[in-house]
Amino acid sequence: MSIEIRNITKQFGNFNALNNVSVEVPSGELVALLGPSGCGKTTLLRIIAGLENSDRGSILFHGEEATDRDVRERQVGFVFQHYALFRHMTVFENVAFGLRVRPKKTRPTEAEIHRRVHELLNLVQLDWLADRYPPQLSGGQRQRIALARALAVEPKVLLLDEPFGALDAKVRKDLRRWLRRLHDELHITSVFVTHDQEEALEVADRIVVMNQGNVEQIGTPQDVYDHPASPFVYKFLGNVNLFHSRVHAGRAQIGDIEVALEGHQDTEDSPASAYVRPHDIDIQKTRGEQPAFEAVISYVHSLGPLVRLELQRADHTDIVEAELTREKFKELAVGEGDTVFVSPKNVRVFLDQTA
Amino acid sequence: MSSIAVSQYSNYQSRVAHNRATSEPAWIRWTLIGITLAFLSVFLFIPLAAVFTEALRKGVETYFAALVEPDAVAAIKLTLLAAAIAVPLNLVFGVAAAWAIAKFEFKGKSILITLIDLPFAVSPVIAGLIYVLVFGLQGWFGAWLIENDYKVIFAVPGIVLATIFVTFPFVARELIPLMQAQGKEEEEAGLVLGASGWQILWRITLPNVKWGLLYGVILTNARAMGEFGAVSVVSGHIRGLTNTMPLHVEILYNEYNYAAAFAVASLLAFLALVTVALKSFIEWKIERDASNEEKLSEQ
Repeated sequence: MSIEIRNITKQFGNFNALNNVSVEVPSGELVALLGPSGCGKTTLLRIIAGLENSDRGSILFHGEEATDRDVRERQVGFVFQHYALFRHMTVFENVAFGLRVRPKKTRPTEAEIHRRVHELLNLVQLDWLADRYPPQLSGGQRQRIALARALAVEPKVLLLDEPFGALDAKVRKDLRRWLRRLHDELHITSVFVTHDQEEALEVADRIVVMNQGNVEQIGTPQDVYDHPASPFVYKFLGNVNLFHSRVHAGRAQIGDIEVALEGHQDTEDSPASAYVRPHDIDIQKTRGEQPAFEAVISYVHSLGPLVRLELQRADHTDIVEAELTREKFKELAVGEGDTVFVSPKNVRVFLDQTA
Repeated sequence: MSSIAVSQYSNYQSRVAHNRATSEPAWIRWTLIGITLAFLSVFLFIPLAAVFTEALRKGVETYFAALVEPDAVAAIKLTLLAAAIAVPLNLVFGVAAAWAIAKFEFKGKSILITLIDLPFAVSPVIAGLIYVLVFGLQGWFGAWLIENDYKVIFAVPGIVLATIFVTFPFVARELIPLMQAQGKEEEEAGLVLGASGWQILWRITLPNVKWGLLYGVILTNARAMGEFGAVSVVSGHIRGLTNTMPLHVEILYNEYNYAAAFAVASLLAFLALVTVALKSFIEWKIERDASNEEKLSEQ
């Protein structure tokens, strides 16, 4: 079932939690709402679920108006950040809850409930925990039970609030891959909230990047990483170098070098910010043909598959960060204190909003 | 008044392991323990022992005779009746108030919390007086009540009203911090899973606070049976009709009938002991559940 979010606005007192937010979630997709804490992503998720009301705007499920539909009738599954398992019930009863509270007419028989619960517990690979109580489970187990419980009512939409936020790094990685596989199996329209860009990039079909109650960009992980629509997205997704520059007649001046720009032909001498990813910083020992500025290597971090360099520009006080593969670094044969020539590739320039 | 529910969580501190570096020298500890014990003996143990010895001074027969005497039976019945009405009402009210305060945001919440505490802040005598002013002969509804032949003051309804007033904070006070600590995520989870308000209350909220609730009920009951001041003002002290046990004790005492007075008093003292025992049992139970949870989640 598809979800359409139209012009949702929400205020808490004087705080604008959401500003005219519109997002479309196509049927069967796994969408991430990504942003720093306080950006309104959880509020938006709760509005989709019906746990919160919007001040303006509407929510459509499968093209049908659902803004005023009761939570109970929305057929959503919700997974809470801190699991929210019923602590006085066994794992089995937790998963069975959604079926047991149904009105008599639609309630499955006891045998049917048994079958369904065990089926779900098998799906999350925790059938052997059926008789335990939530406090007896580890964080990752609790989260999987919470997911099984949400799936028990056969929701049309699955909503997950920071599903892996409270877990440690290793479990988190395993669990998010597992969630992706589960989604590929079930194809249930899912929205999950996260502040972890790596998680969003790895798991989601589509990412909605949010900041201060606004949607900054919507796109596939490839899209938002390679073609960020705003300085915020650039900074939020991965590391980035920021250069202060000036744009004039289709060319951007960064320190001593000039870069050709598309789409800024008519701009008359305007201050701008140029963004370059660390792995798009090219380093040479000698000045080549491409425009480059001089810098001194001030620090080398050689941990993991990549080598990270901190470069002190000769023409500016700024420090530039570069990432190279180990082979490339060996080939260069440079070390701390050496002078190198740096040329940024794939430069993305945003005019500063001065007016 | 001093029996305001001590937070169950104060026990957590005592579980912190004893450590030589952070504990006081022995003489300080023994002095403190000595002072506490001396204080408790003078103000608690000796009077408590006195109640039972005085009650039995003239023999077991006099003791039981004092308890089965018609006025005493009437007083016991009235006390039980007042408690039987006040406790369930305050149970419902306390759960409703705690639920509203802990799970919802609304304007005037802090005023409501203050109002719930009012009976603790007001002297019981004033509490009784309020009802006299409202329902008494010269009170706001006095004339109307007489016309329609209803008796509130100097009658059973007044006693029940006063008892409800002085005991209504106990359950709410006990549940509010507990419910606030538990948050509302479980209730929201129930809601999303399709449970109705009643189902959420019965299946999620109440099971989660059951021990706190029982604790509140026990305190309410103890206070309802033991209340003197407020009830004394509205009762009118009519023997066999409007005397509760504490009032009956006072009357007997004023008539120099010590043995009988202490016999009835011993019942109240016995109730207090049962209350304390139940209270410790529940605290132990809560603490055990909490430490089990901790241990298991550490695995």
